[in-house]
Amino acid sequence: MSQVLDTPPPTAAPADGDLAALAARHGLAVSGARPSLPVYVRELWARRHFITAFATAKLTAQYSQAKLGQVWQVMNPLLNAAVYFFIFGVLLGTKKGVPDYIPFLVTGVFIWTFTQSSILAGTRAISGNLGLVRALHFPRAALPISFCLQQLQQLLFSMGALVVILLCFGVPVSASWLLAIPALVLQFTFNAGVSMVMARMGAKTPDIAQLMPFILRTWMYVSGVMWSIDKLAKGHHDWPHWVVPVLQANPAAVYIDLMRYALIDSFHSSQLPHHVWPIATGWALLAGIGGFIYFWKAEETYGRG
Amino acid sequence: MADIENELIPTVVVDGVDIVYRVNGTGAGKGSATAALNRMLRKGQAEKAAGVRKVHAVKNVSFVAYKGEAIGLIGTNGSGKSTLLKAVAGLLPVENGRIYTDGQPSLLGVNAALMNDLTGERNVYLGGLAMGMSREQVRDRYQEIVDFSGINEKGDFITLPMRTYSSGMAARLRFSIAAAKDHDVLLIDEALATGDRSFQKRSEDRIRELRKHAGTVFLVSHSNKSIRDTCDRVLWLERGELRMDGPTEEVLAAYEDFTGGPDKDRAKPQPPVAA
Repeated sequence: MSQVLDTPPPTAAPADGDLAALAARHGLAVSGARPSLPVYVRELWARRHFITAFATAKLTAQYSQAKLGQVWQVMNPLLNAAVYFFIFGVLLGTKKGVPDYIPFLVTGVFIWTFTQSSILAGTRAISGNLGLVRALHFPRAALPISFCLQQLQQLLFSMGALVVILLCFGVPVSASWLLAIPALVLQFTFNAGVSMVMARMGAKTPDIAQLMPFILRTWMYVSGVMWSIDKLAKGHHDWPHWVVPVLQANPAAVYIDLMRYALIDSFHSSQLPHHVWPIATGWALLAGIGGFIYFWKAEETYGRG
Repeated sequence: MADIENELIPTVVVDGVDIVYRVNGTGAGKGSATAALNRMLRKGQAEKAAGVRKVHAVKNVSFVAYKGEAIGLIGTNGSGKSTLLKAVAGLLPVENGRIYTDGQPSLLGVNAALMNDLTGERNVYLGGLAMGMSREQVRDRYQEIVDFSGINEKGDFITLPMRTYSSGMAARLRFSIAAAKDHDVLLIDEALATGDRSFQKRSEDRIRELRKHAGTVFLVSHSNKSIRDTCDRVLWLERGELRMDGPTEEVLAAYEDFTGGPDKDRAKPQPPVAA
């Protein structure tokens, strides 16, 4: 045995300094190092087809075992809206004074669900896909972005259902419906940014995934998903003057109210906060760019340890 | 500069590498919750007190791999072969030392990207894209991949969900997708033992072909036969240390001595290894 141990390696490895020099002379790069931000963006762009294919695949796989199959894509949000209507519209009566309450509620639920599920999926984007991260090379930001894209596709199904609901409740088709597109683009950017922040935190501390449902539920109740911030403020004149602007500037509330303004004719621009588009864009840019850089900073650590 | 041209071209340089795993939550049996709290509160303090155990998986390994080489990695279970391979691929951090590579080494394997609920056809696309192929490249290679896997030999199975495949069929498709891309440095972790005999034969041929296109191939295997068939140089790792590095026959002879005789004398046949 000792004879084996003593055998010097036939292709004798040069001393340490020489190895580094050898690598440098042949232009070898250090394995597993984090690419620069421009390179990272380019790599991510090169993987755009993977990002979309992965999102679509996840979405399709979701209901592939169900007998009704893809019908659930539309059934799920509709049932969700029905439950909220029963609790808030019928039992608690928050619909008082809100015109077109069902379109109002359903829009709120769908738009909120988009943000909520994007963030939840983002939290598990790395920690729930360690197998993928440990086996293949790709810019890891592809995962949270892909999950948000999956939620966007899901939302588009819901929007189809929403249009039917709007028409059923006599909301007229109008040119303002086109505003839904920029609103969705901004909301998607915001969601992707927050998802990337959560993905990095969730990768380091998986326990966060246990906390998120509670945080998100709290966020939902202050975002005016099933009640009108505007109407509530009118009933509470004793509130300090800063409460309403703060509630209205909350990104979830901004995107929900923008969508209601775009789709529902009885939801007037007076119910929107001042400078609503700059606020919506600001949130999108802040979360999108900030989240991307924050995520990239830990790129080389994902899937390890 | 003239001697650089005559010199062998290195593709992977591993320079005094240590790899250490840190395992959470192994704090002295009982009271692991307190240990976890400790760990969160007293960051930076003695890791051992906080219930983190370190596993030193690879110890001070150095070697240089050159273009055109096929290198086998052998060693008993838990000797650090797969860990070293993952570090070369840049998927695991090194504790000390450096690994330099030419281009991006890739592990042969796309299992994690595939989804059982999708058809084989969609999985071919998904897997190809996940490995970094473009849509056009996948489209060009699609027929080749399906033919190679032999999935359609017994009927039109490629349009069925992968969960309906037998384990052998699924393994064949996975290998076919993974082997469809040409790599600069290819790392293979026990992939050869999939499928039936005829498929194994085709796989070995494909590996040889990949080796021609690839700069360098690394192969981890417990089958000394497949190492003999494909590799011309072997690294023997034992308890994380590089015990021997040399021509296949020489190292395998020493290794067989160490593990108690060559393969054919073993009472137990090699268990089939999953890809």
